[in-house]
Amino acid sequence: MNRFEYARPATLAEAISAGAAEGSVFLAGGTNLMDLMKGGIARPAHLVDISRLPELDRIEHLDDGAVRIGALVRNADLAYDRDFAKRYPSVAEAILSGASAQLRNAATTAGNLLQRTRCAYFFDTASACNKRAPGTGCDARGGENRLHAVLGWSEHCIATHPSDFCVPLVALDAVVEIDGPAGQREVTLEAFHLLPGSTPERETVLVPGEIITGVRLPADAAGFAGHTRYLKVRERTSYAFAVASAAASLRLEGGVIVEARIALGGVALKPWRARAAEASLVGKPADASYFRAAAALALADATPSGGNAFKIELARRIVTRALGLAAAGTPDRVPALPASPFSGAAAHV
Amino acid sequence: MSDITLPARPTHMRMGSSIGQNLTRREGVLKTTGAARFAADNHPAGMVYAAIAGSDVARGRVTSLNVDAARAHPGVIEVMTPANAPPLAMDPDAKLHGFMFRLDLLQNDRVRYHHQPIAVVVAETLEAATEGAALLAPTYEVEPARTDLGADDSFVPAAVGAGHTASESHGDVEGGLDAAVVKMEATYDTPAQYHNAMEPHSIVVEWQGNTLSIDMPTQGFAMTQGRIAGLFGIPAENIAIRSPHLGGGFGSKALGVGPQILGIMAAKLVGRPVKLVLKREQMFGPVGHRAPTRQTLRMGTDGTGHLTALSHHARTATSSFDDFFEPAANSSHSLYASPAIATSHDAVRLDTGTPMFMRAPGEAPGSAALESAIDEMALACGMDPLVFRLANYAEYEPTTGKPFSSKALRECYEQGAARFGWAKRPMEPRQMRDADGMLVGWGMGTAVFPALMFQGQARARLLRDGTGVLEIGAHDMGQGAWTGLAQIAADALGLELDQIEFRSGASHMPDAGIAGGSAHTATAGAAIDGAGADVIGKLADLAMNDARSPLFGAGNAGVIARAGRLYRRDDEARSESYGEILARAGLDDIEGMGTGAGDPVLRSSYAMHAHGAVFAEVKVDPDFGQIRVTRLVGAFAAGTIVNPRMVQSQYYGGMIWGVSFALHEHAVTDKRSGRVMNANFGEYHVSVNADVPSIEAIMVEERDEHVNALGIKGVGEIGITGTVGAIANAVWHATGIRVRSFPITLDRLL
Repeated sequence: MNRFEYARPATLAEAISAGAAEGSVFLAGGTNLMDLMKGGIARPAHLVDISRLPELDRIEHLDDGAVRIGALVRNADLAYDRDFAKRYPSVAEAILSGASAQLRNAATTAGNLLQRTRCAYFFDTASACNKRAPGTGCDARGGENRLHAVLGWSEHCIATHPSDFCVPLVALDAVVEIDGPAGQREVTLEAFHLLPGSTPERETVLVPGEIITGVRLPADAAGFAGHTRYLKVRERTSYAFAVASAAASLRLEGGVIVEARIALGGVALKPWRARAAEASLVGKPADASYFRAAAALALADATPSGGNAFKIELARRIVTRALGLAAAGTPDRVPALPASPFSGAAAHV
Repeated sequence: MSDITLPARPTHMRMGSSIGQNLTRREGVLKTTGAARFAADNHPAGMVYAAIAGSDVARGRVTSLNVDAARAHPGVIEVMTPANAPPLAMDPDAKLHGFMFRLDLLQNDRVRYHHQPIAVVVAETLEAATEGAALLAPTYEVEPARTDLGADDSFVPAAVGAGHTASESHGDVEGGLDAAVVKMEATYDTPAQYHNAMEPHSIVVEWQGNTLSIDMPTQGFAMTQGRIAGLFGIPAENIAIRSPHLGGGFGSKALGVGPQILGIMAAKLVGRPVKLVLKREQMFGPVGHRAPTRQTLRMGTDGTGHLTALSHHARTATSSFDDFFEPAANSSHSLYASPAIATSHDAVRLDTGTPMFMRAPGEAPGSAALESAIDEMALACGMDPLVFRLANYAEYEPTTGKPFSSKALRECYEQGAARFGWAKRPMEPRQMRDADGMLVGWGMGTAVFPALMFQGQARARLLRDGTGVLEIGAHDMGQGAWTGLAQIAADALGLELDQIEFRSGASHMPDAGIAGGSAHTATAGAAIDGAGADVIGKLADLAMNDARSPLFGAGNAGVIARAGRLYRRDDEARSESYGEILARAGLDDIEGMGTGAGDPVLRSSYAMHAHGAVFAEVKVDPDFGQIRVTRLVGAFAAGTIVNPRMVQSQYYGGMIWGVSFALHEHAVTDKRSGRVMNANFGEYHVSVNADVPSIEAIMVEERDEHVNALGIKGVGEIGITGTVGAIANAVWHATGIRVRSFPITLDRLL
């Protein structure tokens, strides 16, 4: 690990100021950053520890019915908040399907949004990676890439965003609240992450010094609570990133879909909102044939970036199933094996 | 002195011996409280830290290292490279015998595999050493990496595994295949896997003149001492190694690995005690792995489902510079009765670290292929897989014709099948679903592992206060040697467990032989049993030759030792305590030695194996192909069970590794660069708790009169055999899809 300066600002303003300096990185839960620093993938000159900043660790229910999740709210605290989980059960399910209990206890809301890709070539400092070292190329192309992106990738980068949490969030129109040297602003989560294009090193819209202060779910997001699921297919039962995943939420009136929300995980460099698929369902009965058609639309633009063509069909099936699960109704409590296709009576996640 | 102090534990209410008692681990409290001292927990005064810089490329030459940048980093003491590495007394590339593996000790600028050590940075802190290693920023002259197991420049090795011939043929295989009514042929792939013990390879080492004080995890004191002695040109007795606990070894800590030797060299270079601990990624290269295999099975049966021929060929790989060949095909030698059996191996050289013994070397991948093939053959014959196996049950070892020293495999089949409910299994695949619509499949496999023994010694002492001391340089890798061997020791001395001090885990003690081959309890146990018999015999001689003793003149009737006393065998009213005998003789203590080794006559007369049967239930999502093993039942017969709790844990551990082998583990190598792309626990998947919701291990009664005096076979590796095939067969039964490449991943089932 490189030598770095460590600062623990007392206020948000100080943090923004410190974070704007060249080579600065914010440290919160550290579950991703510490690994990257130990591996030499991240070598920040300044660590700005924001983990103890006041007032960013709250879950606030706002007057307009929205909920604001403070940037420093721990993933586990959010998932196990009864009120939150009741209103946004698929978000709780997504969180609990990720990582391990220890990691969820440490990882923060904003940190989850900002986690880096798990692409092995990004992690391997001897490999060419346009994201880690712009302009060096992409060794994932033509390499071991059976789990890489099938949507939104470019010749410069075929990595995926690993978050589970972000998938239902983006489906539910979450908004990212940002503060920075130029003041406060907000941006939808859908617009927050950038596709790789020719600049895969630019992962989000944040500029130096800007800090996520919270994530807001609008009031209407809770309207899906009765019909919302997150479904994640992975290569072992727990403690694995998604091969592909989907969040599906429906509003049903008399058996007819009046609104649908669909997003996919593990398929692109950002949580992937499938708006055309959503639109196709409006006014339709909650029926598997429409779900299949919607899933086909969701993956209509998908192309393999390597030896991963199977993920396209797999993702279609996951979207179809997730819609069916959402239509069937949200279970009373998060399943013992969250987001798993398997129900687990005796689960140890 | 014993290197650890084990807490006293009340003697259980029991009748009879300590052997067989279901004790918990005697060092369990130390481990759960963190008090157990593993090698890397040691900090001798003045100690500094060493960090290895590993190669980024798989083949080529290091052309530059920025030593100045590393040296300039605050806290860095020295950078060890080929230019300044202390000279060794022997060439690390010398190979004087099959168990001597070539090591990368900075002897030149060659790079032979990814993560090969190319320099060592020594610093005052771990952080400075690690950053110093990063600052070396090596450049390379890169050569194309050889990564293809299917390359056409294969060769037939002189020997496979631990000195077995590469090819054997018994009977007329081709004739048997020609005459067969039903035939099968299939090829199965298994991937490279890495041992990944939780405790990384480490060493804390201090030179004191030309003696060495070392804390390092090792599975074999004498062999490790000998290797270090040869490399540094000092007598083996100058090398003191302590290894009271290992956080797993699985074969990778048997012989002393290159990075540990580099720690000793670094300590010599800087003249201070050095600690060197591998990072997880550095365990994917210089410390061994299980080589990939590609195995082709051919079988034929007559009209009644009896095998007419069995042919098993394994392609495997070794490194470019050394020889270890996974003896996978030899799994077909001893299990199924066939009038003709042929096994063969060939290999290619790849730019990887040298493969090594890894839990059930040969047996694990060999069993995966053989048990899959048997399932395919049974199906082709229209027979239930268990019925087929019973039809081909070997009453004598098929390749040698020897009788088995004991073989309760039929009982394993019966008890395992009954517990699992195998009789309800439909023959056809895709017949069962659960309430959630998951495909359900049942499969089975036979487990077998040879009952090996190495050679070990033990020293026993009886003290005047009526207690005893048993010393043996044995190895507790987590399997429970501190407990199981102490139970044997208590019985050997005729004392209760709390009346003996059991000392182990250090090289100055009598060597117990290597902890490998599932032979440690048998070997060390026999040595302990022998040492006890020796010291009891000497004590009895004292008493029987002393006219003042009630045992005087017992002569041929002899005496027996029990509960700290010697009794006349023909008159138990006449007895005397150990202490009384020693006191009268004016002795503070009396000592005996024992050797544990297999009896060569018995070993050439009998085939000796542990056996088992494993039954697996899997569920497979019909749309996603995601697999979960929902139930595992194993039934194993392995002779005397010294401690049922420890043995059950060994069976569980092996079976869980079987789940891992079948569904999860594989090293992902970039075929262009030869780099291992998943050298971490985030991406190199092993099974987690949620993958193993229900597991049972039945201990089937078996007494073996021939394998050794205590009747112990060994349980460390057998659990992984049988299980992999059982899971693959269950996946077929659930889906109707036969996956012949491990691990079985969901994309193959879409």
